[in-house]
Amino acid sequence: MAFFQPEIFFQIVISAVLVGLIYAVIAAGLSLIFGLMEIVNFAHGEIFMWAMYSTFWLFTLLSVDPLLSIPINIVALGIFGVLVYRGVIRRALGGPMLAQMVITFGLATFLRGLAQKLFSPDFRMVPHPFVEGRVELFGISLGLPQAVAGVGALIAFLLLWAFITRTETGLCLQATAQDKQAAALMGIDTERMYALGWAIGLACLGVAGALMANYYYVFPMVGLLFGNISYIAVALGGFGSIPGALVAGIILSLVEHVAGWFVPPLKYAAVYMIYIVIVVLRPQGLFGRS
Amino acid sequence: MVEVSATPERRSSARGWVIYAVLGVFVLVYPFMRFQVGPLQVDFTFPYTRHLFILIFLYALTAQAWNILAGYCGQVSFGHVAYFGIGAYTSSMLLMNFHLTPWIGMLAGGLAAIALALVVGIPTFRLTGHYFAIATLAIAETVQTIFMNWNAAGEAKGLWLPVMKDSWLNFQWKSKLPYYYIALALLCLVYLATYWMERSKLGFYFRAIRDDAVATSSLGVDILTYKLVALSMSAFFSALAGSFYAQYVLFIDPFSVFQLQHSVLVVLLATFGGVGTYWGPIVGTAILIPVSEFVRIRFGGTGGAEDLIVYGVLIVLIAALEPAGIVGIYRKHIRPRLFRREGMIDVHDMGQAAVD
Repeated sequence: MAFFQPEIFFQIVISAVLVGLIYAVIAAGLSLIFGLMEIVNFAHGEIFMWAMYSTFWLFTLLSVDPLLSIPINIVALGIFGVLVYRGVIRRALGGPMLAQMVITFGLATFLRGLAQKLFSPDFRMVPHPFVEGRVELFGISLGLPQAVAGVGALIAFLLLWAFITRTETGLCLQATAQDKQAAALMGIDTERMYALGWAIGLACLGVAGALMANYYYVFPMVGLLFGNISYIAVALGGFGSIPGALVAGIILSLVEHVAGWFVPPLKYAAVYMIYIVIVVLRPQGLFGRS
Repeated sequence: MVEVSATPERRSSARGWVIYAVLGVFVLVYPFMRFQVGPLQVDFTFPYTRHLFILIFLYALTAQAWNILAGYCGQVSFGHVAYFGIGAYTSSMLLMNFHLTPWIGMLAGGLAAIALALVVGIPTFRLTGHYFAIATLAIAETVQTIFMNWNAAGEAKGLWLPVMKDSWLNFQWKSKLPYYYIALALLCLVYLATYWMERSKLGFYFRAIRDDAVATSSLGVDILTYKLVALSMSAFFSALAGSFYAQYVLFIDPFSVFQLQHSVLVVLLATFGGVGTYWGPIVGTAILIPVSEFVRIRFGGTGGAEDLIVYGVLIVLIAALEPAGIVGIYRKHIRPRLFRREGMIDVHDMGQAAVD
């Protein structure tokens, strides 16, 4: 076990929170979709991977900086969300739970295969983004892209939260999530809300993907890891709970980073085990409705 | 009251037996088949054509093992590869450290998988639906991480099994023929077990738990015990497949035998064929594995993942159009035209309730 040094510990905690915020945005999109229609989108990680590729190609082909690609990603992924919902997901809505899971698995397999076919399995990276280098803050050294990503994720999360709780459309979304039939009787077009939920859920991935591609490798399998973490974050936070996604994202990232400091090879095992332990003690997750 | 017409039923069941017999004879003589139809030279004696069927048997075995838990008992697992890997590692480590014949190793692997199933099942069966499914995924990833760092298990480098002389004791041959019949026998074993389970009290309990766990529990069924029985059966047969895989390939590592993709593949195969149905796993495997092999050979070889693309499209199509899978399509659209049966209840149909 490494000797305990406070400055390293704080360094790790800050880094972990910054990554945790990105996990939170990814998980929030997943949680929003689940809250609306009780579907776990198992293609979430793969769509995140496509969002990263979108940023990467915008930079490589059109020299758009990763940070400037955020609005483009939001629009592109939002449209993609509506297409996925209308074209694929809607057909499984009335079906059994397994069919819904399998349909998103199929989508994930397709998207991963397509990325590998089109982009090859190589690891790629944005060579010199606008934001790079490091900053010193109170004796803590941080990668600037990581710091920007963390802050950007926090802003995205707060905007999402404000949208859902403060705007009329957001309240309509919540109403649909709580009781679809009652919402429909109140004149809410629930079908549009479902499509909107997918658009926002995937737009979250657009933001997170752009922030992540600013400093992380892009490759066809990158979605597996982020996907797994987001499923676990959503289950840990409680399916359908957006604040739960934030808390769980940060908890998982803290566990990952602290475990990674003490026993590097076992860091993801620690992440998975913390999920099992918490969920066995509290089967509906931290913030879930049982 | 529905009048039961005896004659068509008897004829159709006789026809059923004829189909089973033809299929049975076909798989038995398949590896020796070599004939000519006009200009077309058919030759199944190649190692590859045998290998293709071995793959089908192996995947159908794992898919049916998963189906026992997920299809019949309704507990959807995304981490079945954990039991497959435990089977592979148990027999291989016993062979390499204690020179134990893989036959006993296979049995030991099955028992080790049951032990893991009990350790994992008792806490996680408190969870339901998505929470359970994601817990199984988390456990499989944890087991993979443990094996990746376990010194005696070769860590991430994996294990190279010693090459030995051809013999039944060593479970090794240069020819693919013995592997073919062993895989076939293992597949028959899991199908016999499922056949027995479907008709016994166990099968009724499983289906009752799947359809309404609370109601089943209120009728006095100890649902935790029966879920554990389903998981143990499922884990045992998955582990047999794992041990067979280790002996067939003679190399295992955490990436190949604990691959998350493999868990997903098993789910897709069973669901494509028809989840919770008796023939679903075989039908799904017999269609998807040759399709993926064909696509891989025809377009692939460059790491282009065309097989994944085709897979994904097929799965989305079947889940969107007919969640009951190919067997469901057969039951709804094909069988009614082939056999006109009224008022007959097929025991296999009872597995259908969840998907209709």
